[in-house]
Amino acid sequence: MIEVNGLTKRYGGTTAVKDLTFTVHPGRVTGFLGPNGAGKSTTLRMILGLHEPSSGTVTVGGRPFRERPRGLRQVGSLLDAHDVHGGRTAMAHLSALAAGNRIPRRRVEEVLREVGLVKAARRRIGGFSLGMKQRLGIASALLGDPPVLIFDEPLNGLDPEGVRWVRDLFRRLAAEGRTVFVSSHLMSEMEHTADQLVVIGRGELIAAESLAEFSARGTRSCVMVGSSALPALEPLLTAEGATVRREDGLLAVTGLTAARIGEITQRHGIPVHHLSARASSLEEAFMELTADSAQYLAGGTR
Amino acid sequence: MTNTNARATAGTPANDAPTAGTPIADAPATGTPTAGTPDAGTPTTGTPDAGTPGAGTPTADTPGTVTPDAGTPTAGTPGVGALTAFEPRARFRDLLASEWIKLRSLRSTWVAYGATASAVIALNAGTAYDTYSNWTQQDSEGRAAFIRDGIPLATAFNANALMIMMLALGAIGALMIIGEYGTGTIRTTFAAVPARRSVMAAKALVLTAVTTVFGAFAAGASFALTQLILEGRDAGVPLSHPGALRVVLASALLAPVSALVGMALGTVLRNTAATMVTAGVLLLVLPVAFGDDGHWQAVVGHATLYQAWIRIVEVGFAPSPFPWTASGAWTVYAVWALAAAVLAIISVHRRDQ
Repeated sequence: MIEVNGLTKRYGGTTAVKDLTFTVHPGRVTGFLGPNGAGKSTTLRMILGLHEPSSGTVTVGGRPFRERPRGLRQVGSLLDAHDVHGGRTAMAHLSALAAGNRIPRRRVEEVLREVGLVKAARRRIGGFSLGMKQRLGIASALLGDPPVLIFDEPLNGLDPEGVRWVRDLFRRLAAEGRTVFVSSHLMSEMEHTADQLVVIGRGELIAAESLAEFSARGTRSCVMVGSSALPALEPLLTAEGATVRREDGLLAVTGLTAARIGEITQRHGIPVHHLSARASSLEEAFMELTADSAQYLAGGTR
Repeated sequence: MTNTNARATAGTPANDAPTAGTPIADAPATGTPTAGTPDAGTPTTGTPDAGTPGAGTPTADTPGTVTPDAGTPTAGTPGVGALTAFEPRARFRDLLASEWIKLRSLRSTWVAYGATASAVIALNAGTAYDTYSNWTQQDSEGRAAFIRDGIPLATAFNANALMIMMLALGAIGALMIIGEYGTGTIRTTFAAVPARRSVMAAKALVLTAVTTVFGAFAAGASFALTQLILEGRDAGVPLSHPGALRVVLASALLAPVSALVGMALGTVLRNTAATMVTAGVLLLVLPVAFGDDGHWQAVVGHATLYQAWIRIVEVGFAPSPFPWTASGAWTVYAVWALAAAVLAIISVHRRDQ
């Protein structure tokens, strides 16, 4: 479990992260979302004790991470796939990490097999593609078999097969009872990966809730209706409490279900040639909420 | 993935209600946004997914992972509780092993040490060969004077070779840490071992050990080779010759001291160019700039490594208005080495990485 409490980080005059409070629970995949520059990486570095918070606290498993003498058995992390020395082989890189944390040598081979890098184990990392480096980073995160795992943009550079593999892996890790915290700037990546979301914008918390709750916060879903008698239909729908607006010759109706609209049109004998429900995407919810935060921080003008 | 060191703290009430009731086993599989919805409050009767080794039954394929309090999950408790990690006692020698692996797994390490050793030994041997070729002493008396004046020892390790060795070793020491800052590996390192000062202490110790071996080899080989060449004129001296061991020792030890200085500068400056310039100034410019022109200049000069080396290896040194002792010069070595190690170790503690 990761507990972030009132976390603030200032670099000189700029505030990268402001009064962030949220909890990441074990047993699920929690997505950490925000546009580029929202303060995700800064937050992750503070969780890992690499950066000192200006104020506030962050604990992993009840203790600040920096208090622990060795980290890999507590938290496995992949902050940046490029945070490796290109001159070493994958095997040497992992062996050095394992040795420092008193992790048996065979774990190195195990994680290399797990991420599919056995054949590249004795090649120098400098020649790796980004996707291979991501796999190596994931291997190092898994090395200590930790209860908490943190990944910063792990899907970058992975091919579709790799993306699917990573998603399955995250779900499995969460199902094993681990805390899995994954950052991304793309909502679409999280849609099929995360159960919970922590959303930040401009360093401030926007939402910390389940994926379902989050998507409900965006524009409510609406129903598109096409009819040759729209002028007659409009007042009937608004009388039922719906909000309507014209959109490309169709009527966008919010506040009524498609079934209810069907009943109304049938009762009044209004011909309908189009009736479709349109769910708001998470992407829209995300854009809307982060745009709000940007507007708020810019001083209320847009 | 086998769960080697995680165990479930099953039986304890889960720390938070939503986790407690959420059927974890199926939540990730659905992919639809259902997790965390109100149905989470109903207690699940099902046992955790069979494929989750972390829950309930600790797997014991690593000796020592079995913990006595890993009880069986009681009925009705959440299938998956918070895992806690098995943590063996942290040992400093693990960090030494880690740093040693890092050092030896880089090809550039071997290239740098090899090239420096070759350059140093070649320079010394070349000087000796020069003396051999331009031999002027005809009689045994001349040869005795040659030895008495300490020229064989001065040839064993000359100042040019020393300066090159200092600068190269300073760079090698600096790159051991800048290599991590430059590539970002330092974050991986400190995320794996949050005890940063221990990491740096291990780095400094491994560097000291390796460069001491290097220094001993470079100085020893230089001595052996130069004396072998001079022997061709019957003018070489053995290691048992008075002052010979001192020359080899003073030259050899300058390798680890220079390397530690480089590492300290690299840790503080984190930048190759800035570090190399500063190292050049401290190791080479200062000792030349501050001579025996006045009292304070002499004090500064005597505090430099290069002048300390000269003081130690000198045979029958010329009288100076500001004389100092050889043990004073050895102290200069020790102070530089210690100060550098301390600086490298403490400077990582507070700064953001």
